[in-house]
Amino acid sequence: MSMDKPHISVQGLNVFYGGHSALDNITVDIPDRQITAIIGPSGCGKTTLLKSFNRLIDLNEEVKVTGTVIVDGLDVYNDREVDPTYIRKKMGLLFQKPFPLPMSIYDNVAYGPRLHGRLRAKEMDRLVERYLRMSGLWDEVRDRLDNPASRLSQGQQQRLCLARALAVEPEIILADEPTSALDPISAQHIEKTFMELKQDYTIVVVTHILRQARRIADYLIFLYMGELIEHGPAEEILNNPREERTRAYIKGVIS
Amino acid sequence: MRRDRRRAEENAFRVLMITAAAMVAGSLLFVFAVVLIKGLPAISLEMITSTPKGGYYLGGGGGILNAIVGSLYLACGATLLALLLALPVALYLQKDYIGGSRLARAVRFSLDVVFGVPSIVYGVFGFIIMLYVGVRASLLGGILVLTLLELPIMIRAMDEVIRTVPPELKAASYAMGATRLETTLRVVLKQVMPGVVSAVILAFGRGIGDAASILFTAGYTDSLPKSLLDPVASLPLAVFFQLGTPFPEVQQRAYAAALILLVLVLALSIISRVVMARYNRYVIR
Repeated sequence: MSMDKPHISVQGLNVFYGGHSALDNITVDIPDRQITAIIGPSGCGKTTLLKSFNRLIDLNEEVKVTGTVIVDGLDVYNDREVDPTYIRKKMGLLFQKPFPLPMSIYDNVAYGPRLHGRLRAKEMDRLVERYLRMSGLWDEVRDRLDNPASRLSQGQQQRLCLARALAVEPEIILADEPTSALDPISAQHIEKTFMELKQDYTIVVVTHILRQARRIADYLIFLYMGELIEHGPAEEILNNPREERTRAYIKGVIS
Repeated sequence: MRRDRRRAEENAFRVLMITAAAMVAGSLLFVFAVVLIKGLPAISLEMITSTPKGGYYLGGGGGILNAIVGSLYLACGATLLALLLALPVALYLQKDYIGGSRLARAVRFSLDVVFGVPSIVYGVFGFIIMLYVGVRASLLGGILVLTLLELPIMIRAMDEVIRTVPPELKAASYAMGATRLETTLRVVLKQVMPGVVSAVILAFGRGIGDAASILFTAGYTDSLPKSLLDPVASLPLAVFFQLGTPFPEVQQRAYAAALILLVLVLALSIISRVVMARYNRYVIR
């Protein structure tokens, strides 16, 4: 597979939880400004791979990472000079279940920008509006920005989390089954937003819904039991898998 | 057949629970009633606005302002001091800091042990230290000993709520590039605020109601304290001393003092409920 310039480059990545291996020698490039979907049966290491990109995996206890992850030419794990918070700032993350912060809608979006700099009130207002618009939530909350985020519906909360992630001005969006806890309409909304965002952002989505991968993914990574089985342009893999296990998964034989 | 047995089980258990709940609520109401009936007649404006005059403990004029003010000074001082110490400790016990380590387990275990130490032991301990350094019974001594008494309650109560913070909530903050401290102060603290308030109230209640620990360390006096080194009166001891006199009217004042103590604690819990409701709106469930 050749591509212009990968945004994230993973080389020989191994992840161990305790003594148990969760990812085994993964080497793959994530294309710039496309939607990459990581698919595979549950427990295959999809989330682990996603979280290894922004070092959020460090939060797990007894985790050991070897190998290399390079983001924009920065060696995320081996370069002692690289601050994990800097790497994380480059990537916005969406979880399975939305987790708004225990504060107002406005403060949720302003949380990241406040961590990383000082803005005047006017500028902050503009910024909050911009990202709430981007995530498609603005019209629903414009009159109640000071309400607690906990009062929003699940679907709205997930869009708020997206706005919050975008407000840090990342280049990459990581999403871990971002629609699995949402109703179909909200799920569609998130997918639609992703399709718009890929103009400017590299997006990596973990999903266990093959149809979702089919709908939105440009590039596909198939993991099975911690191993990278196949990766390539989504259409190629979905219509014409080379590996037996990929074929079995796509046909629904293994899940 | 089997269905009947299961229904009988269900009913028996329900009766058991209702009885237990009624006994708890009933005894609480009973205490309230006794204190109210016996204490209310003795309450007067003079009682809560003046200090004891000569012959007060024989039934003479005056009030227990010295004890009211003393108790508030003691409990507020101790609660404030305990809060300043307890919050950092409880936050440090998070998974993100020392969390599941052996040190954390040791800290939790020793707090649980200290939790069960009778307050008279704190009193004696404080008294010995004060003798050693040459400080007499005083407001300062009372505050310090009460702080010791309140600390384990406060830390463990806070620790329990802080442990319920969903790891994903913290991860969301970390994912935006926040540090541990930023996550702790800006997210965790907001999420556990209602729990922190209730831990503070719990500790305050324990502090203001305790007599044994301040018996030797704070002393008792009829005047208001002018400095931290003056001895100070307190409501629990006012109850104790007045109830110990042979005069019925003085004994009745003991109930009045108990009533004032109850009202103070009650008022504080109600205020804290209001405060908590404010923070509760933001908590993520």
